[in-house]
Amino acid sequence: MNHSESVDCTVKPPVFLQIGDAKGDSARSGVCVVDDLATDINIEKITFKNYYTAYVTIRLLRRKAEKEGSAKWCTALRDLALMDNPHTEGGSQNYFSIHRRQMQVEPDHVESLRLILRQPSSAWRLFNLEEIRLFPHKEPAPEKEVSDWLSNLIVVKQPPDLEGLPDPQTVSSSIQQMWALTEVMQANRTTASIGRFDVDGCYDINLLSLT
Amino acid sequence: MEDGTDLSPSIAQIVQRLRGSHLHSQLERQAKDCLHRPEIKLESLKEDVRAFLKASGWEKRLQNAVYRELHVQLPQCHPTTPAEHLKEPLAYMRKAQASWEKRVLKSLNSMSTELGVPLARMRPAGEQKDLTNKWNEMGTDEPDLSRFRPVYAPKDFLEVLISLRNPNHDSSEDMTVKSHWGLIQVPLNVRDILQLRQAYSELNLNNGQLGIDDHAHVHPVVVEQDSAAAQQYSRRGCPTGLRSDLWALTLNSTNQPQDVMHYEQLKAGVIQHDLLVDYLIYKDVKLTASNDDYYFVFEDFLYQVMLCFSRDTAVLEHFKYNSATPPKSYIHGKVGNEEFAVLYPPNGVIPFHGFSMYVAPLCFLYNEPSKLYSVFRMMYIRYFFRLHSISSSPSGIVALCLQFERLLQAHLPQLFYHLRQIGAQPLRIAFKWMVRAFSGYLSTDQLLLLWDRILGYDSLEVVAVLAAAVFAFRAENLMEVASLASAEAVLADLSTLKVMPLIQIFLFATAI
Repeated sequence: MNHSESVDCTVKPPVFLQIGDAKGDSARSGVCVVDDLATDINIEKITFKNYYTAYVTIRLLRRKAEKEGSAKWCTALRDLALMDNPHTEGGSQNYFSIHRRQMQVEPDHVESLRLILRQPSSAWRLFNLEEIRLFPHKEPAPEKEVSDWLSNLIVVKQPPDLEGLPDPQTVSSSIQQMWALTEVMQANRTTASIGRFDVDGCYDINLLSLT
Repeated sequence: MEDGTDLSPSIAQIVQRLRGSHLHSQLERQAKDCLHRPEIKLESLKEDVRAFLKASGWEKRLQNAVYRELHVQLPQCHPTTPAEHLKEPLAYMRKAQASWEKRVLKSLNSMSTELGVPLARMRPAGEQKDLTNKWNEMGTDEPDLSRFRPVYAPKDFLEVLISLRNPNHDSSEDMTVKSHWGLIQVPLNVRDILQLRQAYSELNLNNGQLGIDDHAHVHPVVVEQDSAAAQQYSRRGCPTGLRSDLWALTLNSTNQPQDVMHYEQLKAGVIQHDLLVDYLIYKDVKLTASNDDYYFVFEDFLYQVMLCFSRDTAVLEHFKYNSATPPKSYIHGKVGNEEFAVLYPPNGVIPFHGFSMYVAPLCFLYNEPSKLYSVFRMMYIRYFFRLHSISSSPSGIVALCLQFERLLQAHLPQLFYHLRQIGAQPLRIAFKWMVRAFSGYLSTDQLLLLWDRILGYDSLEVVAVLAAAVFAFRAENLMEVASLASAEAVLADLSTLKVMPLIQIFLFATAI
C-alpha cells in the first residue's frame, strides 16, 4: 500500500499512567496512552510497527454525522494481542494492520483516535507503537462511461493499393501468431535463474566488501 | 488479518514460483497428450483431464511440489513489511548478525592477502583437464593446506551468541528466582516440557519407535509418493531400507534429468574456477570427516558435494528467510560498479570448521553424487543454515541454546547449579553437539534416527532436547566432577548412546 495514501495526522507523545503520586514512584508503568488527532476521517485501516507492546485497545472519538459538536468515545477493539507472550520476543517488533472489518464499530467520522497500550511484563524498559498510519476509506470509483463523441466517430474504409505487396491477411495472421507466442512467453515467465555466478566468464574479484 | 484474502497472496506466490518450472511443462504436455484418450470427452473436458492427471499420479507430484514450496515460503505478513524484517524481525539480532559477518569477511580477506591466494582464479586449461580426470579421487590429492586455517570455529560463534543483548530488556544483575543461570541472555519464547510433550506426542513411551531393520515389502507411503505422508511417517523413525526414499520424498528432492544436468553445470563451475573457499573445504574435510571412523571412506564424495555446493547460485534463494546476507565483491578494477558486482562464494555460504559434517551422514543413504547433492542442498536450505546464523527463529541456534539451558535449569537444577559453580557452564559443552546437529558425535545409525525426527517434525528442537537428555543421563557422574575439563571428559564419548530412549525418557518420564 502506498504510504502517500495515508492521512496526515498528529500523534501526541505517549502518556504513561501511574497510580497515585507520579513523583517518587520508581515502578514502571504498564499502561500507556497514545492520542492520534485526525480531522473527520473514515478509517479503512490502521497500520503500525510494534515495539514491545503486549496488548492494544483502540478507542475512537466519533462525531455523529448530523449533529455538530456531539462527539462520543467508543471502543473499536479491545486488548488485541500483539505479542504471543508478554515476557518473550515473539511479535515484539512486528508490523501490524487493523482493518475496519476487525473493528467492533464503524470507524467513520473519526475525530480522534486513542490507543491504549499495555505491557504487563517488567522485562522491558520501554514499549510503544511506531510508524502509526491511518488510511482513509475510499468509496469505489463509479463506472466510467464512454463519452458520446467517441461513439459518433465514423470509420472510413478505403481499399489500399496493394501492387507487389504480400497479402495483408497472411501477414496479419502470422504476426498474430508471433504476438500470441510473446504473450505466452511473458505469461510463463519463470522465476528460475540461469545459474551463472560470473560476469561474462570473468570471476577475478577484488577483496570482499565490508559495507 | 483480512478474512478470505489470507490465502490468495500465498497461492499467488506459489503459482508464480511453479510457473515455468519443469513440472509445469510436464503437466502441460501430459494434459495435451491425454486428449487422444477415449475417456476424455469434449463436453466435460476440464473434469476429464483433471481426473486423468489425478489417476496417473501427476496431481500427487503437483501436491508434493506445493508442499515443498510451503516449507520454504515466507510466513504471511503485512504487505509493507520490509525485506530485512522478513529475514529477521528483531533489529538487535540483525545488527549482531551483520557485525559477525563483517568479522568473518575481514578474516577471509586477510587470509587471502597474507597467503597471497586470490579469492577466485580461473584455472588454466591444463589444470582444468587434470581436475576432470581426477574428479572421482580428489581425496588422493594432497595439496599443502598447512597455511590455511578455518575462518571460524563453533566456539568463536558461541562467544558472539553469549554477548547478544536486547537493549530494551531489563535484566538486573541480581540472582533472583526469575533469573536465568545460563549463558544465553535473550528472552526468546521456547517450549517447556509440557508443551514439548504435546508437540512430540508420537514419541510417547507408549508408541513403538522404528529403528530396527526394515521389512521386505515396500511401504504404501513410498508407493503413493506422498510428501506429507512421508514426513508424518518419519516422526516415528524410518526403516533403514526405506529411509533414503522417505527423506527424498519429504524434501521433494527429485533426481530427474534436469537435476543431473544442474549438478553437471556446477561441476563445470568447479573445473573452471578455483576458489579460496575450496581450500577451506579441503582443510575441513581433512580435519573432520577424514579422521572419523564412520566417514573417512566418503572423503571423495564430500569434496564432490561441497565444492559443487559452493558454486550453486540456487542456494541464494534461501537468503530471503535467512538472517544472513551473502558476501559481495566486484570484478577487479570495477569496484563500485554494480554491473560488475558478484557474490562470493557463488552460493553465499562461507564454510566453517565442521561444515562437512552436515554432508557426511547423508553419504550412507545416497551413492549417486547428483542425488546426494540434491538432498543435501534441501537439508541445508531448510534446516542447517539455522545452526550458524543469528536469528530469533524457534529452530535457530540461539533458541536451541536457550531451550537446552531452560530445560536443564527447570528439571536438573542441582546439576546445573553445580556445573555453574565449578565453572563448567553446560552450554560450553553442548554447543558443539548442537551446531553440528550431533553429526560426528553419535554413531551413524543413531544420528540418522535423530535426523528422521528433524524431518518429521520440521524443526531442530529435538536437537536441544537430546542435548538436555544426555546431561540428564550422565547426571550422576557429572555431579562428582570438579572442573570443566573433567565434565568434558565425562561427556566426551557419545557413540554408545541410544537417542530415542534418552529423548523419550527425558520428555515423558521426567517428573514435573
